[in-house]
Amino acid sequence: MTTKRTHITIRNNKIFKNGVLFFEAAPYLTLKDFLKAAWKNLKVKYPKFYKMDEVSKLGVLAAEILLIDEPHKAFNEEEVGVILSNAHSTLVTDTEHWNSVKDDSNFFPSPAVFVYTLPNIMVGEICIKHKFKGENAFFITEQYDAEMIFQHFNLLKTQNKIKAAIGGWVDQSQDDYLVEMFWAE
Amino acid sequence: MKQVYFTGDSIISSLGFSSQENFNQLKNGITGIRKMNNPVFYPEPFIASLIDRQKVNVLFPDDQYTLLEKILILSVKDALKSSYVDISSGKTVIILSTTKGNIDLLDKSLAARFDKQRVLLWKLGEMIAGYFGNPNKVRVISNACISGVLAINDAAMLLQNDIYENAVVVGGDIVSKFVLSGFMSFHSLSPEPCKPFDTNRDGLSLGEAAGTVILSVNPPKQNEKLLFAGGASANDANHISGPSRTGEGSYIAIKKALKEAEIETANIDHISAHGTATPYNDDMESIALSRHNMSSIPVNSMKGFWGHTLGAAGIIETIALLWEMKHNTLIQTKGFQEAGTVEPLNVITQTEQKELNYCLKMASGFGGCNAVLVIKKVNS
Amino acid sequence: MEELIEKLKLQIIEQLNLEDVEPDEIDPEEPLFGDGLGLDSIDALELIVLLEKEYGIKIENPKDGQKIFFSVKSLAEYILAHQK
Repeated sequence: MTTKRTHITIRNNKIFKNGVLFFEAAPYLTLKDFLKAAWKNLKVKYPKFYKMDEVSKLGVLAAEILLIDEPHKAFNEEEVGVILSNAHSTLVTDTEHWNSVKDDSNFFPSPAVFVYTLPNIMVGEICIKHKFKGENAFFITEQYDAEMIFQHFNLLKTQNKIKAAIGGWVDQSQDDYLVEMFWAE
Repeated sequence: MKQVYFTGDSIISSLGFSSQENFNQLKNGITGIRKMNNPVFYPEPFIASLIDRQKVNVLFPDDQYTLLEKILILSVKDALKSSYVDISSGKTVIILSTTKGNIDLLDKSLAARFDKQRVLLWKLGEMIAGYFGNPNKVRVISNACISGVLAINDAAMLLQNDIYENAVVVGGDIVSKFVLSGFMSFHSLSPEPCKPFDTNRDGLSLGEAAGTVILSVNPPKQNEKLLFAGGASANDANHISGPSRTGEGSYIAIKKALKEAEIETANIDHISAHGTATPYNDDMESIALSRHNMSSIPVNSMKGFWGHTLGAAGIIETIALLWEMKHNTLIQTKGFQEAGTVEPLNVITQTEQKELNYCLKMASGFGGCNAVLVIKKVNS
Repeated sequence: MEELIEKLKLQIIEQLNLEDVEPDEIDPEEPLFGDGLGLDSIDALELIVLLEKEYGIKIENPKDGQKIFFSVKSLAEYILAHQK
């Protein structure tokens, strides 16, 4: 039987763990500053966090809190997958990259920006930090479809490809963001 | 678990507007990679494999659709011709594989004709489903360069488990200033057409394409059938842009796929690798294969023909593999001359005949992701 | 030279998103790509962008970067020698 053990929600500069407020920052803080405050609050030493774009930071932050109780320690690295989704792919970072190349007279593409113009990079960042080597997938849907993500995980589990997974939704648009992330096994 | 059969397919690329046209060019060793000089794409000359865009507009003049939508739809239409699957049925799901979709719409001059939403990938999926009257939500997979293989694996899994009866798996990406400039910033593009596995390889060549492969639980009429035998994905858990020095993710994915296919490594007759011709990727694949004792299995890369077509790659290269299997033909690795991977590979240098029953497709991508699939041939 | 080195330190911290690093923590003679700052292959490419954007110096082959970016000092010396 599959159970969803933990659930993280991040919205409006608030983080909820299993429905209980875990961290909040002033609502007027930009996403950038909220992410910095939330990450520092965890007291995790991982300077790579600051190189990521905002949507990847959201995903990595959520995963970090999701895994605080270490549900993943019961599994080996190949048994844990990461299945995420969103509506906007990496649109905010795409715009940043486009702005650096659209004008030939001010043409300075940055590899550190470009690499983040793929939505599955956040999956990669989570896998790197926590050493997850199982199945990956990134879906784009108009709204969060928890059932679809859960079904995908269940099918993979039925086929013995993975035994547990981080799943959910990490979305950032030009003026909003939302994270819904769960741990399932 | 239901059996999953490959039915129709189609490739639209620099080499032609159908799988047959493309396969003929592959057999004749013709590459679609060209030197280009077009400041719309990049301020300096560059190498790429572009589709005949004028012909696209002749075949599909309705300018309410974007270039990418046109080639995706043309590809699906063409694939349906050789399949018995009904795309308008509720039992058929469409799965779309793309890395950047209509990203050229970020250019304000192009965007004027289209709604802002069209740059969103779920909207791209909706345009395809709407054209064909498919009632289901399109599953859009955007997972870097493994998207195509992942989409086929996803399709197979849904069909094996009775969620749908048929899956139309379509993938595509276009060459754009956005993508070209990004790869240039990585200094990962070769100044010449790419040379997979070659000792002098120095980077990839970009390409654009659309590919469609149609899967069904209902078997085709012919005696010889090609089936999905197994597939898996795995992450290196190492670096977001550099391939694993131990080929970790590829190694794990191959292991899991072979397990699902219930075969040993020795059963694989031929491998279609990712083979982008960057120094690190090709080394990584050679290491992963060596760890599985698969170094002597004939291997090729299609990147020398089509360039790296990103979201289309996993689909069109799998179609090439299907056609190799249908015709028991191994296609040469265009661009390869002298071996130069850290572990040896048995690179196919000339197009030749070989009995092919089990074949493996490999793919890797930014984000440390890797995906593989196994195809088997069955005669009833 | 000193001024350029201090300016470079700040630019490097900014361009490479080295959040918790202070300029005086970077020894101008120590290898940039040693263990200290945890820089990787993308950072090496970013330094190429920095050189072009801020100093108008283009590096065609990333492999040349290894010597140029060895330390902040070697980078400063290269800039002084090549800046237009």
